[in-house]
Amino acid sequence: MSGVRVEIAGVGIHPFGRFEDRSVTDLGITAVRAALAEAGVGRGGFQAAFCGTAYAGVAAGHKVLGALALTGVPIVDIEAGCASGGAALQLAAGAIRAGQYDCVLVFGMEKMPKGIIRSSFFEPWREEAGLAVTPAYFALRAQRLLREAELTKEDLARLVVKNRRQGVDNPNAMFRKETSVEEVLGSRNVCEPLHLFMLCSPNEGAAAVVLRRAGSGSGGVSLASAVLRSHLPGSVLGEATPLAGIDDADITPPSTLAAQDAYAEAGVGPDDVDVVECQDTDAARELLAWEELGFCDRGEQGMILDGGDFAMGGRMPVNPSGGLLSKGEPLGASGLGQVVEIVHQLRGEAGSRQVEGARVGLAHTVGRGANASVTILTG
Amino acid sequence: MTARPVQDGLFASDPPALLGTRCDDCARHTFPRASICPYCGSEDVHDVSLSGAGVLWGWTTVTAAPPGYRGEVPFGFGIVELPEGVRVVTRLAVPDERFVEGLPVTMRVVPLHVDGDGVEVVTWEFAP
Repeated sequence: MSGVRVEIAGVGIHPFGRFEDRSVTDLGITAVRAALAEAGVGRGGFQAAFCGTAYAGVAAGHKVLGALALTGVPIVDIEAGCASGGAALQLAAGAIRAGQYDCVLVFGMEKMPKGIIRSSFFEPWREEAGLAVTPAYFALRAQRLLREAELTKEDLARLVVKNRRQGVDNPNAMFRKETSVEEVLGSRNVCEPLHLFMLCSPNEGAAAVVLRRAGSGSGGVSLASAVLRSHLPGSVLGEATPLAGIDDADITPPSTLAAQDAYAEAGVGPDDVDVVECQDTDAARELLAWEELGFCDRGEQGMILDGGDFAMGGRMPVNPSGGLLSKGEPLGASGLGQVVEIVHQLRGEAGSRQVEGARVGLAHTVGRGANASVTILTG
Repeated sequence: MTARPVQDGLFASDPPALLGTRCDDCARHTFPRASICPYCGSEDVHDVSLSGAGVLWGWTTVTAAPPGYRGEVPFGFGIVELPEGVRVVTRLAVPDERFVEGLPVTMRVVPLHVDGDGVEVVTWEFAP
């Protein structure tokens, strides 16, 4: 780690939801303007911009900054699936630490159709044959977790209830209504064991973060580490979604690779973390993230759900924003949306969903690629 | 008119078998065929026919047609572990109460849909 401290100069968000009258560029503009205003940065104030997006198309970042008369600096769009925002963030942080830039704008945005995400990742024959069904992969992963961690479908529903309850207080979330175990299990069965309410909704939104090399007197939230990792080969159930794999007992998942690097770079461990935003594409994904990020061992999830350790009021609330299950998932924006939430938590600005005394926060995304990002922030 | 496979080079019909690759360096098998071992990067690989019988490792039922899919719903989707140690993602017969981890399953070639030229398109699945 270089001696350079990178701080969060400003954050901005466009709510996650569906906005038929707004283009993806409109969404990005809202988030970028908010972050730049908070940072007090305008034209000439940042030397580069990284834009995370998977579906916004060619020069998507240029369209946002063009509309704001902020072009001229290098603008690079970053695609890393669900981790696109985290990927943009780690490139920006690395450039600042290396001395290339003093201030970088990072933003992410997406406007996604309803339903199963269609991805150019899959060859046409794989779609044709029914072997490109993303939620079915999620279901197989969930089934294995239930089997090996001795969990039940009710436990998956309890996780959804936790996150949806937390999302009620988030004005930027798409679903702000509590649900119940009965309602979750009564929702349409998509791919056993996953029911509709156990899956996040692909949707629309944007988020932005201004990173700055910290001066001697500044005291903002620090970006302690931002790490992106891809998968190691062989895991048939991993987010790489291969057509074959091998016994994966000794294959470290990409989220763990990213977390280990992020903890080392930040000089903290899982026990030091006060608040977490993690990937809950489906209910099992969050339960898996708990172990991948080092917060519990396989098989402890049921006990943690019972005790409320990772719910609001517990020892380390996970997804105080309501998670993707409440917010929905606009791919390029989701990771930076987590970072915006953690920054608000560490500044003590999270209002009714504030985690009291939060000093260390962690944001995690994992998805297509596979790509996994872990970002650690300190207040 | 004869049926055509959903994609060439994936499977044989008689006897039914997936067409895979064995790595001469790390001794692991993969599917579909590859000229470089996806586990270790070796180019010392050779083509093999994988076993047409294995055991069930994961299964679910797809209830609504996903984007680009041309067959009937519901259909089974899951993972079968073959004796070579490879776990393959595969279409399955629609899961029922018999489906448990380790259930013996065998491969068969099945109709998927009829294309715009009236030609039957076939794929493979595993079933008890």
